[in-house]
Amino acid sequence: MTASRLAFGAILGKDLRAELRTLQSLPAMALFAVTTFVIFRFGLDRTQLSGSLAAGVLWATLLFAAILGVNRLFVAEREEGGFDAIRLAPIDRSALFAAKAAAMVVYLVAIELVVVPVFALFFLDSAAPLPPLALVLALADVGLAATGTLISSMAVNSRARDLLTPLVLLPLVVPLSIAATGALEPLLTVGGPGYHRFGTWLATLGLYDLVFLLVGYAVFDFLLED
Amino acid sequence: MSEAIELRGLRRDFGERTALEGVDLSLASGESLVVLGPNGAGKTTLLRILATLLRPGGGEVRVLGARLPAEAWKARGRIGLLGHDPLLYRDLSGRENLRFQARLHGLGSDAAEERIEELLRCVGMGRRGDDRIAELSAGMRQRLAICRCVLHEPELLLLDEPDSNLDAEGRELVRQLIGPGGGRTRALVTHDPERALPDADRAIVLDAKGRVARSCAAGDLDPALARAATAGVTA
Repeated sequence: MTASRLAFGAILGKDLRAELRTLQSLPAMALFAVTTFVIFRFGLDRTQLSGSLAAGVLWATLLFAAILGVNRLFVAEREEGGFDAIRLAPIDRSALFAAKAAAMVVYLVAIELVVVPVFALFFLDSAAPLPPLALVLALADVGLAATGTLISSMAVNSRARDLLTPLVLLPLVVPLSIAATGALEPLLTVGGPGYHRFGTWLATLGLYDLVFLLVGYAVFDFLLED
Repeated sequence: MSEAIELRGLRRDFGERTALEGVDLSLASGESLVVLGPNGAGKTTLLRILATLLRPGGGEVRVLGARLPAEAWKARGRIGLLGHDPLLYRDLSGRENLRFQARLHGLGSDAAEERIEELLRCVGMGRRGDDRIAELSAGMRQRLAICRCVLHEPELLLLDEPDSNLDAEGRELVRQLIGPGGGRTRALVTHDPERALPDADRAIVLDAKGRVARSCAAGDLDPALARAATAGVTA
């Protein structure tokens, strides 16, 4: 196994172990998402959502819940000296980017396993859209994790990181949001999932993922310099 | 003997403030250096530059044959840094932290486990190695930080106040890990010259403006003058 793959495994394992032990991010993200669905349920006064409204409610909720996790992604590295420990090691620093993005994908998948069934229970008349919806969310999670990791690594050194992260991240994920809601809209239409332009939106999500993974890989080493 | 550290006119600024100015230094492999100076003299900045964590602002810097910052990757992994922060994750145990560090440095798992147990025994932490860092005293964290620093058997040790928070027993226990000898090069920042100078080969004293006030063989530096230098009386 190469040094970078070993480091990737070590950092990812360390993050997941620490999160399982302290539960600092996941419960907050899941609770935020479920609470938001409750507010939409009563705010919109509807028991069923369809099309673009359903897609918008689901995506906006997941996006804002994700920001809670993104904000905390590098806190241990910043406050406990992990950045220095990793910078002293003879490894490619992009292993840190890859491991943090992978940890973020794991967090997003974990909360989606809880909150998407809650969304279906509150707003959908059947579970038929869920399998293709999982594919859309998986692609959107990768893009959100890559962009979030990049922004979080920059914002963590700022005292205003809680403010800075959403301010910088949200404009950057506009293309991802358009593609994700575009793909979700026909899936969540009442009367069964449709697949109008589904392939185009999936390709757009894949392209976004690729661009931000490559950008992260290219610039992360530079971002870790003093 | 080859040079482990070579500095020519090293400079480093933080905004308007100059932390180091015109620092020249040569330290041969296997030698031990003591860095003295008052608070704010740039001692920690000097160690962080040597550790490749800070970029030099000017001058020439060579560490273990690597020109910094361009060839920093050649030196990483051959340096052990013990700074003010222990560089340990609070929510992991001592053993978990050391395993994490071992994997970052590419140590195989069997060799790493053996080395970790040896180090924990050495610093008297064998029985507390599974406690979370957050539950340990400052002295115990320092002992673990020293284990982390030497885990990968670095050629160059950069030690910033290594005795901080250690009791007398702890100081004696860690001495065999970070003390002189073993062919390792050491650069030690301290405010306790009486204790550090007898083990050192060379000494430099930085003044409050980050300039070298004195550079000499450790034996040539009067401990009383060295004590005055750490208190800021370098004139």
